Formats: sequence, structure tokens, C-alpha cells
Amino acid sequence: MSEFEDLSANDKELQEFLMIEKQKAQVHAQIHEFNEICWEKCIGKPSNKLDSATETCLSNCVDRFIDTSLLITQRFAQALQKQSSVDM
Amino acid sequence: MADVSNEEIMSQMKQQMALANAQGQLSKMTGKCFKACIAQPGTSLNASEQRCISQCVDRFMDVWDLVARTYGNRLQREEELEKPYEKTGMF
Repeated sequence: MSEFEDLSANDKELQEFLMIEKQKAQVHAQIHEFNEICWEKCIGKPSNKLDSATETCLSNCVDRFIDTSLLITQRFAQALQKQSSVDM
Repeated sequence: MADVSNEEIMSQMKQQMALANAQGQLSKMTGKCFKACIAQPGTSLNASEQRCISQCVDRFMDVWDLVARTYGNRLQREEELEKPYEKTGMF
């Protein structure tokens, strides 16, 4: 009886852990993507430090990319809605 | 019963994920820095190219930290606003 209770507690612990690791992996993947895009936008030739103009460019880049993504999602949802009402 | 404890499984998985992340960074860094520093590939890396590459590695890590921080701050702000943000997969 208690053997099975222990099993499911273990499984639950692993499940929660996997969920958190999966979220972490998604965040890392997102950071990889930002790095890719914002390096191209903001870094010309690498120098001996990041000057403040470059830092501003990089943080703006991340925020604007997120804003863009949110706006596109909104707009796309609207477009899909319009499409489906026309098909009716 | 199970010979391997949860702790071992979790620790191994964490290591593997950290390794995968580092490998990804390495791969990207190499691409970016080659592009930025090696204009005309010669028969060896000259001193200026080597210096550029070293700086580039450092800058890449700086950029990574800044981007990660900016993203983290944005995530926090979105949560605080409790915005009904659409599922872009980013949050």
C-alpha cells in the first residue's frame, strides 16, 4: 500500500521537475533566438566592451521583438476570425 | 525497486540541459565571430584576427547576459501587469 504511495510521490516530483526544466528550456530557446536577431541588428564589429548605445540597441531589440510578436499574434487571430466568418 | 534515485535523475538532466545550452552558445558564437572577424580567410589566423575573436567571445557573453536580463525583466513586467497576453509561446 505505502509502496504505491511512495511511487506516485516520486513520479509527481519528477513530473514537476520535468515541467520546470521544460519551461527553462523554452526560456533558453527564446534567449538564443533574441541573441541571433539582436546581434545582427546591434553588433557590427566586436570591440573591447559594450558601449551604452549598443546596450540600448540590444535591450530595445528584445522588447520590440516581443511587442512585434504580440501584435502579430493579435492581428493574425483577427485575420483568422475574419476568414472563418467569410467561409460561412 | 528503482536503483536510480530521483535526485540522480534530476541532477543528470540538469547537467545535460546545461551542456546542451552551452553547446548552442558555442556554435552560435563561432558563426558570429568568424563572420565578424575573418574578412578574407588566409593561410593562418593573424594577430589582429585572433584579438578580434577573443574580444568577440567576451562580447557574445556580454550580449547574452544583457538579453537574458532584459527578457527576464520583461517577463516580470508582463506578469505584474497581468496582461491577457496571447500565447505567443514566449511567456
